[in-house]
Amino acid sequence: MHNVLERLKSGRTWDFPGGVHPVDFKTISNTTVIKRPSLPECLYLTVKQHIGLEGQIIVAPGDKVLKGQALTKNSHPLSVPVHAPTSGEVVAIAPHVSAHPSGIAEATLQIKPDGEDKWIDLTPLTNYQSLPKPELIEAICSAGIAGMGGAGFPTHIKVGVQKEVEYLIINGVECEPYITSDDRLMREHAWQIRQGIDVLTHILNPKHIIIAIEDNKPKAIEAMQVACQENRKYLVCSVPTKYPAGGEKQLIQMLLNKEVPSGGLPIDIGVLTHNVGTCYAIADAVFSGKPLIERVITLTGKALSKPGNVWALLGTPMSHLLDFAEYDVKKQKRGQRLIMGGPMMGFSLRSDHVPVVKVSNCLLVPTDSEIPLTEAEQACIRCGACADACPAGLLPQQLYWHSKAKELDKAQDYNLFDCIECGACAYVCPSQIPLVQYYRQAKATIREDEKEQIKAAKAKERFEARQARLEREKEAREEKHRLAAEARKKRAEATPVKDTADQIDDSVSESDPKAKVAAALARAKAKKLQSAPSNTESTEQPEKAQKSAAVQAAIARAKAKKEQQAQQTAEAKEETPSQKSAAVRAAIARAKAKKEAAQQNLEKPTAESNEPQDTSSQELEVSEMTAEEKKKARVAAAVAKATAKKEAERQEKERSDNSVAGEQAHNEPAQEVEASEMSAEEKKKARVAAAVAKAKAKKEAEQQEKESTDNSVSDEQSQSAPTQEVEVSEMTAEEKKKARVAAAVAKAKAKKQAERQAAQQNDIDNPEDKELTE
Amino acid sequence: MTAAIALIAVGILALVFGAILGFAAIRFKVESDPLVDQLDEVLPQTQCGQCGYPGCRPYAEAIANGDDINKCPPGGEATIKKLADMMGVEAVPLDAAHGEEDVTKVAYIREDECIGCTKCIVACPVDAIVGATRQMHTVITDECTGCDLCVAPCPVDCIDMIPVKQSAQNWRWDLNSIPIKEIS
Amino acid sequence: MFQVASSPHQHIRRTTSSVMQLVIMFALPGLAVQTFFFGWGSIIHLLIASLVAIATEALFLEVRKRPFEPAIKDCSALLTALLLAISIPPLAPWWISAIGAFFAIAIVKQLYGGLGFNLFNPAMAAYVMLLVSFPVQMTSWLPPQSLAEHQITFFDALSVIMTGFSTDGYSLLQLRNGIDGFTMATPLDTIKTDLSLSLTLQESMQKLTFSGASGVGWFWVNLAYLIGGIGLIRMRVISWHIPAGMLLSMGSFALIFYLINPDQYATPWLHWFSGATMLGAFFILTDPVSACTTNKGRIIFGATVGAWVYLIRVFGGYPDAIGFAVVIMNMAVPLIDYYTRPRVYGHQKANRSNK
Ligand code: SF4
Ligand code: SF4
Repeated sequence: MHNVLERLKSGRTWDFPGGVHPVDFKTISNTTVIKRPSLPECLYLTVKQHIGLEGQIIVAPGDKVLKGQALTKNSHPLSVPVHAPTSGEVVAIAPHVSAHPSGIAEATLQIKPDGEDKWIDLTPLTNYQSLPKPELIEAICSAGIAGMGGAGFPTHIKVGVQKEVEYLIINGVECEPYITSDDRLMREHAWQIRQGIDVLTHILNPKHIIIAIEDNKPKAIEAMQVACQENRKYLVCSVPTKYPAGGEKQLIQMLLNKEVPSGGLPIDIGVLTHNVGTCYAIADAVFSGKPLIERVITLTGKALSKPGNVWALLGTPMSHLLDFAEYDVKKQKRGQRLIMGGPMMGFSLRSDHVPVVKVSNCLLVPTDSEIPLTEAEQACIRCGACADACPAGLLPQQLYWHSKAKELDKAQDYNLFDCIECGACAYVCPSQIPLVQYYRQAKATIREDEKEQIKAAKAKERFEARQARLEREKEAREEKHRLAAEARKKRAEATPVKDTADQIDDSVSESDPKAKVAAALARAKAKKLQSAPSNTESTEQPEKAQKSAAVQAAIARAKAKKEQQAQQTAEAKEETPSQKSAAVRAAIARAKAKKEAAQQNLEKPTAESNEPQDTSSQELEVSEMTAEEKKKARVAAAVAKATAKKEAERQEKERSDNSVAGEQAHNEPAQEVEASEMSAEEKKKARVAAAVAKAKAKKEAEQQEKESTDNSVSDEQSQSAPTQEVEVSEMTAEEKKKARVAAAVAKAKAKKQAERQAAQQNDIDNPEDKELTE
Repeated sequence: MTAAIALIAVGILALVFGAILGFAAIRFKVESDPLVDQLDEVLPQTQCGQCGYPGCRPYAEAIANGDDINKCPPGGEATIKKLADMMGVEAVPLDAAHGEEDVTKVAYIREDECIGCTKCIVACPVDAIVGATRQMHTVITDECTGCDLCVAPCPVDCIDMIPVKQSAQNWRWDLNSIPIKEIS
Repeated sequence: MFQVASSPHQHIRRTTSSVMQLVIMFALPGLAVQTFFFGWGSIIHLLIASLVAIATEALFLEVRKRPFEPAIKDCSALLTALLLAISIPPLAPWWISAIGAFFAIAIVKQLYGGLGFNLFNPAMAAYVMLLVSFPVQMTSWLPPQSLAEHQITFFDALSVIMTGFSTDGYSLLQLRNGIDGFTMATPLDTIKTDLSLSLTLQESMQKLTFSGASGVGWFWVNLAYLIGGIGLIRMRVISWHIPAGMLLSMGSFALIFYLINPDQYATPWLHWFSGATMLGAFFILTDPVSACTTNKGRIIFGATVGAWVYLIRVFGGYPDAIGFAVVIMNMAVPLIDYYTRPRVYGHQKANRSNK
C-alpha cells in the first residue's frame, strides 16, 4: 500500500490492458481562456439532468424567479434540484427535446431571462469545518450538484457514503479527444478546485488524495501542483495518455493496481473518485452558496470558426452556443452533425435546441473530413483488434456476434455488463462495425426483458390470487346453498309445533325457518346498507338526475357505437351506401340520444330507473331510421326482446329451481347468488369459447335465414313477440339477407342484455367482490 | 454345461447392472420443475386468452400436451423461440389467427365517462382495475398486462388501449426509429 | 436534418480492405523472390487464381443477393488467390489454380456464409483439397532456375501451364530435370526421399539442391517472407503471437530431434528456411478469420500448427505440411478461443461458466 504511493510519487503508474491512442485534437480549443457568451433568449431546463429520479417542480408558469432560485425540490434521496440560471420568468413547463441520445422530449422548464441577472440571497458556509457533516452534504445536495464528468451521479450520495474511504481520486484525466473543459478549468481555477477538494477531504476524511491528470496537459498539472503544494497529502500525479484512462475503473487500475469488482462500486475497495468540475462546483456551493447553474463546455471541431471553452448557463440551447462559436454550416456538406460529448462516447444530437445540462462537457462540430461519416458496416473478419483494444478484457467480437443474433444470455455469459461502452473496440474495428451500438441495444433489451419478467411474475401472482378468490367465493356460495337446502329439508320434516325456545338455541345451526327468515332479512338489509353509501352520496335530486342522464347518454352512445359497428360489419358484405347510411343513422342516433339526455335532465329530474330510458333511447334510434331500415331494426328489436325474454325466463326457471319456494326473503339472496355465479362463470366460458360462439352465431344466423324463408319464426319467438311474426312474414325474399343481419344483431344484443342483467345483479349483490378488488 | 454357465453369468450381470441403473435413476433423479411450470414461466402472463385458452397456464398445459407453440401474440417471436427451445421443436412464425405481435399497451379508462358498472373489474384477469359500483373506475397501469379483456364488456366504451409511451428510460437504443419532431 | 450516428464517431482509419491490401503488399517481396528463382509460373497462377476467385465471389454474392461491391473491394478474395498461387508449384497446369480458387471461394468461404464466417482458411483448405486430389501436379516443383537444365522464359511458363509443354516442346517432367540430369524436388522432398533410401542427412545435403543450409532459392524466398512478415507486425496488421508460437514450437521440436540424432533429423534452421514455413507463419496462419482471436489462443494456435508441421514433415507422408496443419487446427479454433477467454476486469478469474 505504501509502495503504491511511492510508485506514484516517483512518477510511475500501472497500466490497464488494451486502450487506444486516438489523435487528441485538444489544441483546437485549449489555447484560449474560458469565455462567457451573452444570455440566450430562453433557457430550457430539463427537470431530470442526472442519473436517478427527477425532482418535484415547485414553480408554475408565470412565476418570476431569481438567479439561483430552486425550481425543483428533491423529493427523493436520488434526486437533486435544478436552479434558475438567471433571473426571469417561467414561461412554460412543457416537453422539450432532451440532452439524451434518444432526443425524446422530456419535461422542461422554460425561463425567459429578464436581463437583470439578479441573484437570490445566498448563504455561504465559509466556516464549513465547524459544521456537522450532514449539513454540508445537505448543502451539496441542495446546490444541485451531480457528477460533472459525464455520468451525472448525484454527488451528495457519493460523498454521503458510510464506508471508509482510503483513496480519494480527483479525476482530471479527460482522456477523450477534443474535450478541454477540465483542462481549462484546472488551468484557470486550480485554486477553487483545491478548495473543493478541501471540502471533500473534510467530509470523507480519506487516507490519501490523488489528483490524476493525463500527461498531455502539462499546464494543468503545473497549475494544480502550485495550488496543492501547501498540503502534503495532495498528490498531483500525471498519468500516461491513453484512452480510456479517464474511465473510473481504468483510472483506479492505473493508479492503484486494484480492480473494482464486477457489479460493484469503487467504494467497495475503499476508493472514491470525483471529477475536477465537481470539486469546483462544490467549492462554489460551500464558499459562496451558489448552486450549480453553469458549467464549462468545450465548443470544438473544425466546423466552428471560433472554437474554445465557454461558461454556459444550464439550459442554454446549443444553437446559441453555435452562434457564439460561429458555426459554419458550409463545412458540413454531407449533412449537419452535432455531437454532445467527445468523439468516443458522445452522442449525436437530433436538434440544435438541445439545452446544456449538468453533464454536457463538450459540443463537437466536426467537418466532413475531420470525422468522416460512418460508413456501411462490413462483415467481421475476426481480426481480434477489438479484443486487443478492450480495456475491460472483454471479447467484443463474441459480444457482437451474440448481441446481433439476440442470444442475450450468451452475451451476458461473455460479461456484456462489464462493458463500459468506451468505444475503443469500435474505434479499431477495420470493418467499421458499430460494436458499442450493438451492446447498448442488447443491454437495453436485457434490462427491459428483466422488467417484463418481473411484471409477468407479478401478473401471474395476481391472476392466481384472483383465481383462488373466485374459487373461494364459489365454495362459499355452494356451502350456503347446501345449508339452505338442508334447512329446507329440515323444515319440511319439522312439525309445525315446536318450542320457540329451542328454536332460538338452534338458530345458529339454521334449523328454524323463522330465524332463518329473520337472518336472511337482516343480511339483505345489511347488504343494502353496504351499497347505500354510493346512493346516499348523491341524494340531492338534481345531481342524481344528472348522473342518471349522463349514464343514459353514455349507454345510448355506446349502443349507437356498437350498433354502428355491428351494422357495419354485417353490412360490409352488402354494399357501401347502406354502410354509409348506417353511419349516418348512428350519428343521428347519438345526437338524438344526447339531446334526449339533456331533455331528460330538464324534464325528469327524478328519473331513476334505467329501463324506461333504455327503451326510450332504443325507440329513439328506431324512430330515426329510414322506412326500409326501420323494419329491419324493428325486427332486430323484436328478436332481441324475444331472446332477452327467453333468457330471462330461463334464468327465472333456473332460479326457481334452485331457490326455495315460498319464503321471499329467503329466496332473494339465493337467487342473486345464483345469478352472480352464473354471470361470472358464464362470462368466462363465453370468452374462452369466443371462437365457438362466433361460429355458432353464424350457424344460428343461417338457421334463422332458413326459418325466415319459411315465414315461420321459431315457436318461442312467435309466442313472446307476435308482432315480430307479422313483420317477418311480411318480408320478401329480397329482405332475407337483411333479416339475417338483423338476426345476428339481435342475437348479439340479446346476449349483451342478458349479460348486463346478470352483471348488474352481480354488482348490486356482490359487494364483497368489490371490496376485494378495491 | 459351459453354455449354461455363460448364460447364468450373463443373466447375473444383467441383473446387477439393471439394479445399478435402477438405483442411479432414483438416487440421481434430477429434481426439476415440471414442464408445465417451465412453460408457464416463459409465457408473458398477460392472461389475455388470445391463444384460445383461459389464461397462460392452461395454454402452457396445452403446449405440454402437444399444442402448437405459436399462439401467443403478446409474447411474440421471443416467446416462441424460448418455447421452441424447451419443447425441442423448430421455432415457427406466430399464428396470425390468434392475433399479431403488437406494441405493449395498457388500458386507460376515460374517467369522466365511466358509469361505474364494474364490468371491467370482473373482466380483468389480474385485478388491475379498482372502483366500486357507480363509482369511477381506474386502471392500475403498473399491474395492467394489456390483455384488452376489459374493453369489450364496457357498456359505454370508455376504455382505451394506449401504447406504453416511449421515454428515455425505456428507450432501446434504436437510433433510426425515433420520430424527430421539429420545434422552433 | 441532423445526422445521427452511434459513438464512437472517431475511427481509426484502417479498414478491412486496407488490412488485406497491406498483407498483399508485404507478401509481394516474397513473390518476387519466388519468381526470380522459379520462373514466371507463380505470377501466371496468381493471375488465373485472382480472376477465378473474384469472378466466383461476385457470382456467389449475386446468387446470395448480397451486394458484391464491398466484398470485392475488401480484397479478401485477392489475398486468398495470392496465397493459393504462391503455394502451388509454378508450372502446375492452369486448371489447378482455377479449381483451387473456385473451391476456396465457393465452397470454403461463401458456402459457410462469406467473409468472417468461414471456419477454414480458404487458401489452405483449397490447397489441401488439391494436394489430395492431384498429388502429382501439386508436388511437381521446379529446381531453382540457377540449377535447372532448361531455362524457362515467361512464354515457356505460360505455355507449360496452359498446354503442358513448353514452347520448345519440353514436358514438365523434362523441365524439372536439374543440370545434373536428375529430376529435382524441393529440399524437403529430397531429404525425405534420401532418408528413406537410408542415406544420412549429411549425404543428402551434399546434393546440388542444397547450398548453404536450406536449399538454393528456398532460403531466400523464406527470408523475403520473413521480412515481409516482420513488416506486417511492425505495421500492427498482425500480432506477433501466431508467428512466434509457430516458429518457436517448430524450432524446439527440430532442435530436440536434431540433438537426438543429427544424422536423421535436420536442423531447426533448415526447417525454418525451407518449404513454406515463413509464408505460413506470417501470412497463412495469421488469416484473421480462421485463426484464434485471443492472444493466448493465438500462441497456442501457432504452437500447435508448428508442431503439426514438424511432425508431418518428418514422420508423415508429405514433404511439407503447412496446409494440413492449418486446416486441422482451424477446426480447433473455437475450442481454443473458448478456453482462452481473457480475464475480464473486475472478475476473479476467467469466466467459462457454461457451454
Ligand atoms: S466498448 Fe466495451 S467491449 Fe468495447 S472496448 Fe470498451 S469496454 Fe471493451
Ligand atoms: S475488430 Fe471488428 S472485424 Fe475485428 S474482430 Fe473485432 S469486430 Fe470483428
